[in-house]
Amino acid sequence: MTDVRRVEAPPPPVSEEDAADLSAVDLRIDLGGVTLANPITTASGCFASGSEIDRFFDISVLGALVVKSITLEPREGLPTPRMAETPSGMLNAIGLQNPGVDRWIAKDLAWLQGKDVPVIVSIAGKSVDDFRQVAAKLRGRAGIVGVEVNLSCPNVEHRGLVFACAADPAGEVIRAVRRELPDLPIFGKLTPDVTDITAIARAVVDAGATGLSLINTTLGMAIDPETGRPRLANTYGGLSGPAIRPIAIRAVHQVHTALPDVPLIGMGGIRTVEDVVEIVRAGATAVAIGTATFADPFVTQQLVTDLRRWMAVRGFSRMDELRGKVFPRV
Amino acid sequence: MKPTLHNRKTMVLGRPNGDTPVRAACEIIARRREGAYWTVSLSAPDIAERAHPGQFVNVAVSGPGTLLRRPFSISRVSRQGPAAGTVDFVFDAHGPGTGWLADRTAHDVLDVVGPLGNPFPLPRQKVSCLLVGGGYGVAPLFFLAEELRREGLRVDMIVGAATHERIFNAIEAKRITASVTFTTDDGSFGEEGRVTDVLEQVAKDCGTGVVYACGPMPMLRAVAEQCQELELPSQIATEEHMACGVGVCWTCVIPTRTKDGSVRMKRSCIDGPVFNGARIAWENSRWEVGGPLVTGADQPIEEPPPRPTDDELWGNA
Repeated sequence: MTDVRRVEAPPPPVSEEDAADLSAVDLRIDLGGVTLANPITTASGCFASGSEIDRFFDISVLGALVVKSITLEPREGLPTPRMAETPSGMLNAIGLQNPGVDRWIAKDLAWLQGKDVPVIVSIAGKSVDDFRQVAAKLRGRAGIVGVEVNLSCPNVEHRGLVFACAADPAGEVIRAVRRELPDLPIFGKLTPDVTDITAIARAVVDAGATGLSLINTTLGMAIDPETGRPRLANTYGGLSGPAIRPIAIRAVHQVHTALPDVPLIGMGGIRTVEDVVEIVRAGATAVAIGTATFADPFVTQQLVTDLRRWMAVRGFSRMDELRGKVFPRV
Repeated sequence: MKPTLHNRKTMVLGRPNGDTPVRAACEIIARRREGAYWTVSLSAPDIAERAHPGQFVNVAVSGPGTLLRRPFSISRVSRQGPAAGTVDFVFDAHGPGTGWLADRTAHDVLDVVGPLGNPFPLPRQKVSCLLVGGGYGVAPLFFLAEELRREGLRVDMIVGAATHERIFNAIEAKRITASVTFTTDDGSFGEEGRVTDVLEQVAKDCGTGVVYACGPMPMLRAVAEQCQELELPSQIATEEHMACGVGVCWTCVIPTRTKDGSVRMKRSCIDGPVFNGARIAWENSRWEVGGPLVTGADQPIEEPPPRPTDDELWGNA
């Protein structure tokens, strides 16, 4: 058995490259009072709880790991087909399949606690009390640096359960979670499928959220032209991938403009280092990688390396020099 | 994601231990037409040395708007001889991704992740093995047949397809088996009918102790259900729409029954693709058996060969 060679991608033929001082780049960020080694995180539902991708590389290189949403009770999710590829994107309707918070703590969190990676737990629920009970079970657990409240999963039983579609229920969920977790950073994950995302963002922050995660998938549909049947068993599903990146950039920019002091985890079709810089410029503090991991299990690791190089070549040394830096067109 | 590994023919990413998948830039050594299908041989030493029958590779494709890799069962690996370090897979060009793949030629480089998934478990006892394949689902069974024969086990095959053109590599099927029975829906090759029309008789004639199957899901359901009726243990290589292939997206689930009888959605990419046929909860799946299920003769088998149980065959896995 020969050892697999760990080959870094060959450097692009840029002459400044050789002169660039990688050690001068400090990728650390402050995400709602928590210092992360770099801004690269995982989008919930696109990295499970880490062990699957840890077969490929040591996941402790990531700034943080946002796990697949956990609910109070185990859920088996929706029937198949759960996935359909669409132009530069994909639709999914999983239905929050997860082992339930108790089994997740016993197995997945226990595994994560053995890894040196900050964990942000995504939580979901059908009622305010569901969210509250899951949050209560996470209190005081080692390794957890934050909670992402999934207010916006599109694949729930009723559209009325997408809490982030209205300010009042979204705020109510955040208040309940905040009461259980007074000291942890809490991020509300919002859907772009609203008329004014800044109104929801403001309500969620006013209710006690430390920051916001933008954006969840946007609701879509695909129909097989021959059979006339929806391609997903659930008819509708969440659209992700490069197809939604401009929506994510717009949402992050709108919210950052309205609430410049609120830390944002930006996501939606981010795949390359240029995409990372784009969403940071729009106002994201951390950047979550989702669908890109499906196409390349190594992409998150690669982006940490690529971001450092991108900044070094251009003389940037801290993330603050890029965050929110969008200039007027003249 | 578009392939990004062009001109990096030696690039391999992954952990150095032998039981994890890698991502490798793999040069196409040969590409050939086989009946209605394409076979691609890749230079992929790191994947070849780690691969077992039933596992798959996930191949990046290009084309307008394509995003996700395409999964293909491994149909052969060579670890020694002139083709050492090669991995073969077979595909049917039916969409934009596989159409792009059919246009690749020798020396093109593909971006491949693998080997992925759980392999076919090999029996711990000396039993006669019946391999049932539909369409190009036969291809990974050739890889399995080689391993079973190396273990000194008898291998028989049933190879089915819609038409003669869609029978995959009949010569190879004859070469590696003790017996092979062909079926086609239109009767253009072998027996007219489905694999399940002949399964009971073939199993009886061959003293079959275990069935392995790969092919379209409706066929697999019919095979697995017939094996249960015949009290034959079966191992089934499943197929379901898959986004990541590595266990993180939860799209490719198959309903399976636990020992306490409850139904759990298991990921075919990492908990499968091979499942014990008796554990798949077909009634909870979207797969219907195509057409009436003909179980052959109604006569009871006079002296059925002793049949090992699942536990005897596979342990308590």
